[in-house]
Amino acid sequence: MKGKKVKMPEQDPKKRVNNFKEVTLGYTEEEAIKEANRCLQCKNPLCMQGCPVEVDIPDFIALVAEGEFEKAAQKIKEKNNLPAVCGRVCPQEEQCERKCIVGIKNEAVAIGRLERFVADYARGKEEIEVIGNQDKGKVAIIGAGPAGLTAAADLAKMGYEVTIFEAFHEAGGVLTYGIPEFRLPKDIVKDEIEKIEKLGVEIKYNHVVGKIKGLEELFEEEYKAVFIGTGAGLPRFLGIEGENLNGVYSANEFLTRVNLMKAYRFPEYKTPVHTGEKVAVVGAGNVAMDAARTALRLGAKESIIVYRRGEDEMPARVEEIDHAKEEGIRFELLNNPTEILGDKEGFVKGIKCIRMELGEADDSGRRRPVPIEGSEWIMEVDTVIMAIGQRPNPILLKDAQDIETTKWGTIDACDESGETSKEGVFAGGDTVTGAATVIEAMGAGKRAARAIDDYIKNLRK
Amino acid sequence: MYRVLEKEVLALKITRLKVDAPKVASKAEPGHFLIVRVDEKGERIPLTIADYDREEGSITIIIQEVGFSSEQICNLEVGDEFLDLVGPLGEPIKTGGYNKVVCVAGGLGAAPLYPKVKSLHKGGAEIITILGARNEELLILEGDFERLSSSLYVTTDDGSKGHKGFVTDILKQVLEEEDVDMVVAIGPMIMMKFVSQLTKEYGVKTIVSLNSLMIDGTGMCGGCRVTVGGDTKFSCVDGPAFDGHLVDYDEQLRRQNFYSKHEQEVKDHVFGGEGCRVNEG
Ligand SMILES: Cc1cc2nc3c(=O)[nH]c(=O)nc-3n(C[C@H](O)[C@H](O)[C@H](O)COP(=O)(O)OP(=O)(O)OC[C@H]3O[C@@H](n4cnc5c(N)ncnc54)[C@H](O)[C@@H]3O)c2cc1C
Ligand SMILES: Cc1cc2nc3c(=O)[nH]c(=O)nc-3n(C[C@H](O)[C@H](O)[C@H](O)COP(=O)(O)OP(=O)(O)OC[C@H]3O[C@@H](n4cnc5c(N)ncnc54)[C@H](O)[C@@H]3O)c2cc1C
Ligand code: SF4
Ligand code: SF4
Ligand code: FES
Repeated sequence: MKGKKVKMPEQDPKKRVNNFKEVTLGYTEEEAIKEANRCLQCKNPLCMQGCPVEVDIPDFIALVAEGEFEKAAQKIKEKNNLPAVCGRVCPQEEQCERKCIVGIKNEAVAIGRLERFVADYARGKEEIEVIGNQDKGKVAIIGAGPAGLTAAADLAKMGYEVTIFEAFHEAGGVLTYGIPEFRLPKDIVKDEIEKIEKLGVEIKYNHVVGKIKGLEELFEEEYKAVFIGTGAGLPRFLGIEGENLNGVYSANEFLTRVNLMKAYRFPEYKTPVHTGEKVAVVGAGNVAMDAARTALRLGAKESIIVYRRGEDEMPARVEEIDHAKEEGIRFELLNNPTEILGDKEGFVKGIKCIRMELGEADDSGRRRPVPIEGSEWIMEVDTVIMAIGQRPNPILLKDAQDIETTKWGTIDACDESGETSKEGVFAGGDTVTGAATVIEAMGAGKRAARAIDDYIKNLRK
Repeated sequence: MYRVLEKEVLALKITRLKVDAPKVASKAEPGHFLIVRVDEKGERIPLTIADYDREEGSITIIIQEVGFSSEQICNLEVGDEFLDLVGPLGEPIKTGGYNKVVCVAGGLGAAPLYPKVKSLHKGGAEIITILGARNEELLILEGDFERLSSSLYVTTDDGSKGHKGFVTDILKQVLEEEDVDMVVAIGPMIMMKFVSQLTKEYGVKTIVSLNSLMIDGTGMCGGCRVTVGGDTKFSCVDGPAFDGHLVDYDEQLRRQNFYSKHEQEVKDHVFGGEGCRVNEG
């Protein structure tokens, strides 16, 4: 029994490419209890070291094993405000589960799946937390992604009056506009956000800070501290010929049209998305997998991942790569696009690629891809989606020149506290680290909340 | 919030709305735009801030019906509200320090041009305005421009008012006769292209304003990208105003047509659209 994780039921790949419903279906109560019993309840639980927000993993798993699901949910909530989200999208195999003792000889305990089970079980059953007066002063949060939401929730619980300013008409950041419905249902994200609002957090939508309001004005309005959690939303392109042809999208544009603007329900929802018959997605991270799988669901006859390194170097989660393969995504690895070709009207008709081979390891420890001379070939496609990474959006920083940034355009902030070079201004999440993970963004939000509390207490002295 | 305070139909399918949006009004500058959404299922539609009144806390937009969403906006009545309104977005343009400026509008381009002219005028510049339209019925804001301009020319394609022909005919004449330090041209892409070609011959600085396809308007999607002087720029954050001599107009013309055929699908409300597999959920 200690050998393998209890399997989680999934929608049949043939069926699921025809819908946007969730791919994985979650444990039943019996399955959850069975999996919980695989945990050794270590005295020194290494798994917790792997979790950026230090969820009390053995304790919540013990409660699951006893069938005390609601109590297990409360236990997780002490540390993690978005368990239904993390249980689904955390790269657990690189975090908590990677450190799990059971994982040394067998498959690690399925901590993520259990977390998801517990959060789903408790959905709608939880009592709203009653919190004390929010009289410790006003704090402003910029950006309603996982970093901002976490900082907001923690600060509200500590007794601060928290306002989040969000550029979009919906909260959630990447959880809402980036990660597709079939991986993270939007009603779950909405639920989690509502719970945070019930803690007394106010979210002001359609507020692009740096445009409608500057940082300085926030301090004039008596906010005592500001947390910046604006993410890494600026898409990167390769800088090759043909990138502005019709049919070339950034993954952000493609996914935003589909997720936030619900283009998959076009024309009921009015924002269109043009998918094409043969779609190439450049890149091999989670974003690329999401774009490729979304394209397939929207009717592409073929959806292809084009990546300049090899199978082992793909940065996406293993589970996502497996799901993509099951659904029939084609992988063209060790291929680097050198030009996008267009027809007379300026629509994409193909990509010119050069084949690559792996050379010496580079600084990151990954083997560096080198082009094979004379190996260019043309892949016929009518849509190209660029998923090669994002950088922080400079709108806010244009208005706040006194906040120091790194040469990558990320905010230079202390890892432990989120402090920036500007007094009273803290930052965390993708805007500091560059594109990373949901749970790391939440961890940063959490640490910053603590630091902000200390900072404001000291102000009063 | 975002309530329609006043409505006026300016011309066939062109409507002016004054909207309650005090915070946006307090920050608006010439060159800024905003993005609105009428209802839950609506698109995010970019529109220029055609005028603003900080004291009243209102902004004015002028919309031309060209498709589903713009028609929806034109159908709003006094008292109705926008679901979302975000702004001000984009980079404002510099309007001080000019002596003589020629302002050229093509059709609805008069709307985004107006706040710039107002501000240039206030900044001490003498304004020469050239308003072009397909015919007399489509001419808008003539009176408003007249008040700010030392001379105003009208051109129509069919000759129903003013000069019969294109704005560039008049512009050439003005450039020959006057010592102009800047031209601001806003209108259809093709008009801005020809205006820029002409002013380049005369070596006169030219500002145009692009209406690229947009979604977020904050630099996040890259859908609004445009090649300016060989570099890729994002219209929503780097523009929408750019140096007219550097814009790749042909690329913009092409990109604008990307979604044209989908418009018909919205109108016809056919489900799915081009082979979409999704049949449930
Ligand atoms: C397609 C996709 C798939 C991913 N899959 C995974 C996954 O499976 N697992 C995982 O762990 N991670 C995944 N990630 C990464 C993860 O989503 C991010 O690391 C995380 O969301 C970062 O959180 P954040 O709060 O820093 O920023 P974001 O989630 O980017 O949120 C930032 C928010 O700030 C708002 N904002 C920006 N500028 C302003 C401004 N000036 N004023 C007001 N508001 C502003 C934005 O609109 C946004 O709502 C994925 C990312 C993408 C794009
Ligand atoms: C910065 C900016 C400022 C703008 N200011 C104004 C304004 O002040 N008043 C105004 O009426 N319009 C303005 N526009 C254009 C306006 O956003 C479009 O007319 C609107 O999006 C069309 O939506 P629709 O659903 O009605 O038409 P659609 O159904 O989307 O399209 C109908 C037709 O219009 C074309 N079209 C679609 N979007 C645009 C666009 N962004 N620009 C040009 N043609 C387009 C389509 O290709 C199609 O042929 C502006 C656009 C931008 C980017
Ligand atoms: S939050 Fe993520 S890393 Fe932490 S225990 Fe849960 S699944 Fe693991
Ligand atoms: S390390 Fe593994 S076995 Fe030990 S407590 Fe954590 S989950 Fe359980
Ligand atoms: S509209 Fe998305 S980047 Fe400009």
